[in-house]
Amino acid sequence: MKLTNEQLERYSRNIILFGGKGQKKLLAGKVLVIGAGGLGAPAALYLAAAGVGTIGIVDYDVVDLSNLQRQIIHSTASVGQRKVDSASHTLEGLNPDVHVVTYNEWVNSQTLPQIIDDQHYDFIIDATDNFPAKFLINDACVLGGHPFSHAGIIRFGGQTLTYVPGKGPCYRCIFDTMPPAGAVPSCKEAGILGAVGGVIGCIQATEAIKYLLGQGELLTGALLTYDALTMRFRKIPVGHNPHCAICGDDPSIHELIDYKQPVCESKVGKGSL
Amino acid sequence: MNIDNTIDITDVVCPVTYVKVKVELEDMEPGQVLSVRLNSGDALQNVPRSLKNDGHRVFDVTDNEDGTYTILVERGQDD
Repeated sequence: MKLTNEQLERYSRNIILFGGKGQKKLLAGKVLVIGAGGLGAPAALYLAAAGVGTIGIVDYDVVDLSNLQRQIIHSTASVGQRKVDSASHTLEGLNPDVHVVTYNEWVNSQTLPQIIDDQHYDFIIDATDNFPAKFLINDACVLGGHPFSHAGIIRFGGQTLTYVPGKGPCYRCIFDTMPPAGAVPSCKEAGILGAVGGVIGCIQATEAIKYLLGQGELLTGALLTYDALTMRFRKIPVGHNPHCAICGDDPSIHELIDYKQPVCESKVGKGSL
Repeated sequence: MNIDNTIDITDVVCPVTYVKVKVELEDMEPGQVLSVRLNSGDALQNVPRSLKNDGHRVFDVTDNEDGTYTILVERGQDD
């Protein structure tokens, strides 16, 4: 595959950094973004802009007016549309090199492995807004051996962590199980500053791009937290937990679990941040 | 002097000038020579400097006396 003149121009700033070889890795790369919301919107936009060749988008929600304060992949004109369609339209307009694959469904123990296998995604971005999905994605990635980026945002802050099989902790190493219902407010109850999703979502996209390039150090072995009000980032070192229920020495979880918990925000009850 | 490959970047402007040369060199072997035809001005100023930063060697510059120059670049080792 030879880069066209148009590609040399479109990706010129990338190629100066990591060469045509690096750009070809991105164009051959496949990233799955689960949730086209506050995190998934900026993440998917930057992946598409960078020329990641295949981007999968999973969401079962429709665009609501209250989403637009942070979900910048959607527009006023797309209110009422399926989020996957709105997102796909925006990404294809941004960069026609990108093949966008949409999954208008919610992830569960049945659908998630099928979606990951559908395009044999190289890297997965957890851009969901609820704990059942977060544990499900973690477990599917650990059991399937897929690298992924976890993130969560609420109010003025967020956190993110990258899991690569065999390197450092998984999400469950740190957060061993679901918080009790009601213990953690949803973003509908608590609020979220849209730009916080931008900061954390962009970090997730950066991790995916670094993974595809094989360049730099990933956020494995540490949880990065962000507080917008104090403008403080903390990189908290976290090791692999030998007692982890899924990736520890004697794991008790061998298959995916469909946890039940009311999810955030959505009128159809299946939201993304 | 053995020239292994040639490229004309007079039809593009910075930074695509350098990008085209960089991509061309990627497909060559260390030690091979690339002849680059470029415009005077920005390209002549910037491309040789960027090539040096990337570890390549610019060892000849010829004024073609038509507003363009031809530089000879020896491809450097990979990092």
